[in-house]
Amino acid sequence: MRWRPIAVVLAFGLFIGAGSAAKAQGDAKLATYSAGDARSGYTYATPATQEMQDDDFANPSFLWIDYGATLWQDVNGEAGKACSSCHDAAEDTMKGVGARYPVYSAELGKPISLEQRINKCRVENMQAEPWKWESRELLSATAYVRHQSRGMPVQVQIDGPMTPFYEAGKAFYFQRRGLLDMACSNCHVDNAGNMIRANLLTQGQSNGFPLYRLKWNGIGSIHRRFRGCNKQVRAAPYGYGSDEYVNLELFVNSRGNDLLVETPAVRN
Amino acid sequence: MAKVKPRVKVPKTAAKGEIIEIKTLISHKMESGQRKDKKTGEKIPRKIINKFTCTYNGVVVFSADWHPAISTNPYMAFNTVATESGTLEFTWVDDDGSTYSKSAEITVQ
Repeated sequence: MRWRPIAVVLAFGLFIGAGSAAKAQGDAKLATYSAGDARSGYTYATPATQEMQDDDFANPSFLWIDYGATLWQDVNGEAGKACSSCHDAAEDTMKGVGARYPVYSAELGKPISLEQRINKCRVENMQAEPWKWESRELLSATAYVRHQSRGMPVQVQIDGPMTPFYEAGKAFYFQRRGLLDMACSNCHVDNAGNMIRANLLTQGQSNGFPLYRLKWNGIGSIHRRFRGCNKQVRAAPYGYGSDEYVNLELFVNSRGNDLLVETPAVRN
Repeated sequence: MAKVKPRVKVPKTAAKGEIIEIKTLISHKMESGQRKDKKTGEKIPRKIINKFTCTYNGVVVFSADWHPAISTNPYMAFNTVATESGTLEFTWVDDDGSTYSKSAEITVQ
């Protein structure tokens, strides 16, 4: 049986050689869009979808980003202020902000998501009506703010005061739920990279949110995605901006710590 | 998307005779007319952009008739030959008769 290892090595060598050109390109992309074991959903997307995301013009999310830039300058509310009145140019002041959220709010004693922070600012500082969750305004503003952190590593805090909320989010992630009795982890940890009928399961990383989903024909928040996932396992979804989902967002973002922010990404 | 907003991308400069790529994107619902309102069961009337035209200094260089299978927020990219400096006009015609337009300048050396 001495020939056997040699044959295996030979066959393996041939296999590598044949696909090496295409593979090298794929590897470079994989390296950019991964951090440790974490792999961005981009690496699971079809080449056509990746191409859409690569070109800021072909990426339809920029319709929302442009609108977000307009909103940034819009004076709104009783205080007669716009976002830019306090925060100046978003390109400077919002750089890196989106990569940190959700952050701990000492005032509320719990983590707060980017959407909630924007609405808090609107209510308290601008004395304006809060935007409805998933409204074009809130999505555009959130995407615009997080877009300023594009290319920066996701870095959410999970220690200190965040610990109990991180643990709660983690428990949610591994808790089986719904008629199908499935936890988030059953797909996104145990089966990432495998097909679920016609769909390729990803790790469920959140570094591209809010993102343009071809299925949605528009841009949506991570909480919309959570609700969709929960419904698919026949579980009652929680509300937009609920504590459960903010905790989950915290845990999911922390799984993707060090992945680069891709907002606005494009997915199928 | 409440407001229709066109975006176009045309190279600012080009050499004479060069083939240039033009990209366009417009935000539009493109309601196909095949869907029903989930609550009332009534058909949602069709409302799509049915015609797209690009003129280069007044001459039509590209046009397309669109049908209900065209997706939301239609993206269209095409090529043309840079012949002379001037203006490219883009027009989208909606089912309800309204038109959306955008123009871009190009300098040909």
